[in-house]
Amino acid sequence: MSRTWVTPGGVHPPENKHQSLTQPIGQLPIPAKLVIPLSQHIGAPATPCVEIGQQVLKGQVIAQATGMVSIPMHAPSSGTISAIEHRPIAHASGMLAPCIEITTDGADTWIEHQGISDYEHIAPRKLIEIVGNAGISGMGGAGFPAAVKLNPGRQRPIHTLIINATECEPYITADDSAIRERADEIVQGIKILSAILDHPHNIMIGIEDNKPEAIAALAPHVEGSGISVVVFPTKYPSGGEKQLIYILTGKELPVGKLPADEGMVCINIGTTYAIKRAVIDGEPLISRVTTVTGDAVGTPRNYDTLIGTPVSHLLEHNQFNEQAGGRVVMGGPMMGFTLPSADVPVVKTTNCILAPSYAEIPDDEPAQPCIRCGMCAEACPVSLLPQQLFWYAQAEEHDRLEAHNLFDCIECGACSYVCPSNIPLVQYYRAAKGDIRQARDEKVKSDHARERFEFHKERIEQAEREKEAKRAARREATQQAKADHAAAAANGSAAPATSSASPSSSTADIIAAAQARAAAKQASPEDQRAKLERTIASAEQRLQMAEEKLAEAVNSDSGKQDKLSAAVENTRQKLEQSKSKLAELAE
Amino acid sequence: MAFKQVSSPHAHAAQNTSQVMKLVLLATIPGLAALTWQFGWGSFINVVLASVTAVCCEAAIVKMRGRSISFYLGDYSAVVTAVLLGLALPPLAPWWVVVVGTVFSIVVAKQLYGGLGYNPFNPAMVGYVVLLISFPIQMTTWVAPLALLPAGTAHPGLMESLQIVFGGYSPADGITGATPLDAFKHSTGLLVDQVYDREPLFNQAMFAGAGWEWVNLGFLLGGIILLSQRIFTWHGPVGMLGALALMSIIFWDSGSSSSPGSPLMHLFSGASMMGAFFILTDPVSSAVSNRGRLIFGVLIGVLVYVIRAWGNYPDAVAFAVLLANFAAPFIDNYTLPRTYGHTDRRKATEKEED
Repeated sequence: MSRTWVTPGGVHPPENKHQSLTQPIGQLPIPAKLVIPLSQHIGAPATPCVEIGQQVLKGQVIAQATGMVSIPMHAPSSGTISAIEHRPIAHASGMLAPCIEITTDGADTWIEHQGISDYEHIAPRKLIEIVGNAGISGMGGAGFPAAVKLNPGRQRPIHTLIINATECEPYITADDSAIRERADEIVQGIKILSAILDHPHNIMIGIEDNKPEAIAALAPHVEGSGISVVVFPTKYPSGGEKQLIYILTGKELPVGKLPADEGMVCINIGTTYAIKRAVIDGEPLISRVTTVTGDAVGTPRNYDTLIGTPVSHLLEHNQFNEQAGGRVVMGGPMMGFTLPSADVPVVKTTNCILAPSYAEIPDDEPAQPCIRCGMCAEACPVSLLPQQLFWYAQAEEHDRLEAHNLFDCIECGACSYVCPSNIPLVQYYRAAKGDIRQARDEKVKSDHARERFEFHKERIEQAEREKEAKRAARREATQQAKADHAAAAANGSAAPATSSASPSSSTADIIAAAQARAAAKQASPEDQRAKLERTIASAEQRLQMAEEKLAEAVNSDSGKQDKLSAAVENTRQKLEQSKSKLAELAE
Repeated sequence: MAFKQVSSPHAHAAQNTSQVMKLVLLATIPGLAALTWQFGWGSFINVVLASVTAVCCEAAIVKMRGRSISFYLGDYSAVVTAVLLGLALPPLAPWWVVVVGTVFSIVVAKQLYGGLGYNPFNPAMVGYVVLLISFPIQMTTWVAPLALLPAGTAHPGLMESLQIVFGGYSPADGITGATPLDAFKHSTGLLVDQVYDREPLFNQAMFAGAGWEWVNLGFLLGGIILLSQRIFTWHGPVGMLGALALMSIIFWDSGSSSSPGSPLMHLFSGASMMGAFFILTDPVSSAVSNRGRLIFGVLIGVLVYVIRAWGNYPDAVAFAVLLANFAAPFIDNYTLPRTYGHTDRRKATEKEED
């Protein structure tokens, strides 16, 4: 038995897991339409590679990965592409996003595919390619592309592989039931992961002690494999990556570091099953286990659900009673978000559809004042002071919020759960984080604008100084001329012609100078080309920098991806403009 | 189908603020029972009178502010303040003392600052201090404990007590007397042992002071109940009682005539236990983090001892708590917990690098 460590805080909400575990994982009839969002993961959305009206087979690629941090999408069943357009998706904002709709033909005809059985003799790079091409992203939480996580191009070797089977959220039993029924394939998946990561000497499956059946199911398969099943007491939120790493290793992930920086990789247990299917069976990720539960559905249970299945399809097959409850949650009761409607599709991260009755989850009562009782601080798993964060979030004191480590909040909801005054604390933190990010972006922008303005002012002043110098020179010349003239006049009527000739000659000078300036502006083609080449060189450099920044932002999930990718696009366009101009010039 | 949009978490624990307040009220029962047993009906009348006044004041102010009266009265916070003030006031104090103190607590110390959750000072203690400074005679007239009543007399009954409180009748001779802290403070020039021999408040007591030790035990019991229900953490009470005990050990001076008294007397006399478990644990006006609350408690313990030993007042919990309330925001700035993944604690005043 491995030693485990205890995280601070945490709560014990009613588990409510038994309801959905009375039946084995079920199958639903293939829905008439499947809607596959192009962005189901962290990173760039996939790029469609099919056309409306095109026939597709089950497992066929319908959208390609866009760049490094992205995943491809596959047809979950055979049929016809019937739409490529914006649709409502599972997102807290209720926003629309590009999706591909497949009208299924019911035949469920697979595309030709082949797996590899002796993965031990395949180069890790090749295995990672298979995982990437299978469209696998993390299936537990955020949906980070698995291939990027497994990328061996890092400096430090991986010594610890952690398989996250915690499933600490109440109600959800997708991983639990998958382990019970598919333990052998899951362990095969872990062995593939081990091969990819060059056999880390420490491989642990972290699981809470409320899943004895799953623990028993894993036992025979891990025997003698070097994989240890580490069981620890149930407490929410033990399944957060940072929390699990601490529970299993006693080490905290330093701020701003990824597990890989510390020689660790943490993978959800559902993802290991997908990896097994991808490598051994050659099947891309087109379905997942999803729990359908809550008292507003007739038969809570788990389903092997095709990606893209509308939530309404799941609910209808479960005798959903719309009158019984007010909300439908994707995910669990602690971190899940409410769906705007049942039209949204199941995606690769959808572990649960929770339709609670009013009795289970009543409508929120109005918030009472915060009395700073500190129950939230006792519950916080990362040792924050939620009551202070709430105070400063209301006052919009950004410096104080950052000093109180607002950005270390994992939004687990333990504070709101225990709050006796019923304050939606997490919502305040989300809003405050958004405000601070926006303020940071605006500061960058305003700094740019200020620099530009100061440069502009400097340039105007410079021009003014030059003009003033010229004026002074002219004045001096005029006075000189006058003096000369006076002197000449004094010297008698020696040269009367000069007085009339000098103004005309100065006019001629001015015209000549103007012509020379115009000529200079119309620079020679060589000059123009040189200038364009310089522009292109610097644009290329900018593009490269912008792309690096984007990759960094994607890795650290700083919420700036959209802006940065727009910046990359902008720079790319400018570069292309310059290139086409250069081409014109060459002709 | 369109569904309700609610942000996570969707599940909530059953506990709410009014339940917390009700539990605090229940936990005062052992203390109130001990007070009533040892000092008669006075404290009970105080508590009821203060509660009625507090509820009326709270309702009036909430109405003036245009808020829902039932919603704000439903949190029971006004009753808690009133009960604590009523317990702290001398039994059989005139009714207007109780009313003035309660009005000041609720209207000025609580509602003028914004109501529940926004008051920087403990409202009950503000009310108490205002009374102590304004009406020193009424505030220092205590009823004698059961053991010290003249032979053949008893504490006035409920009706007689009501007459004393509302009708201005004077209680019978021998019913009022000094408190142990008072008696000890005024017995100058005597060794501690001599004081204990001569003074009935001490020679009739088990270990700290006749009657008062029972009251303190009652509040200790209530405090332990609240601790076990996790209404607050141990940090504040342990900080205060620890500091008070430590100070009285350090300055014990082996019971000489200048000794400010034994640790047992300090821990179990006056408002020590009530202060430790019911006053400084008011979360609104105390420090926030556990470490902060420990420091906050220690500060109060030290101040209580300093004022008792070398100040002008025999007891000092109210002053000490108010002084510590001043310090709470400052303590908060330097007692942030260390967050996961950080090597050090941060200061609340830190600014991000520009």
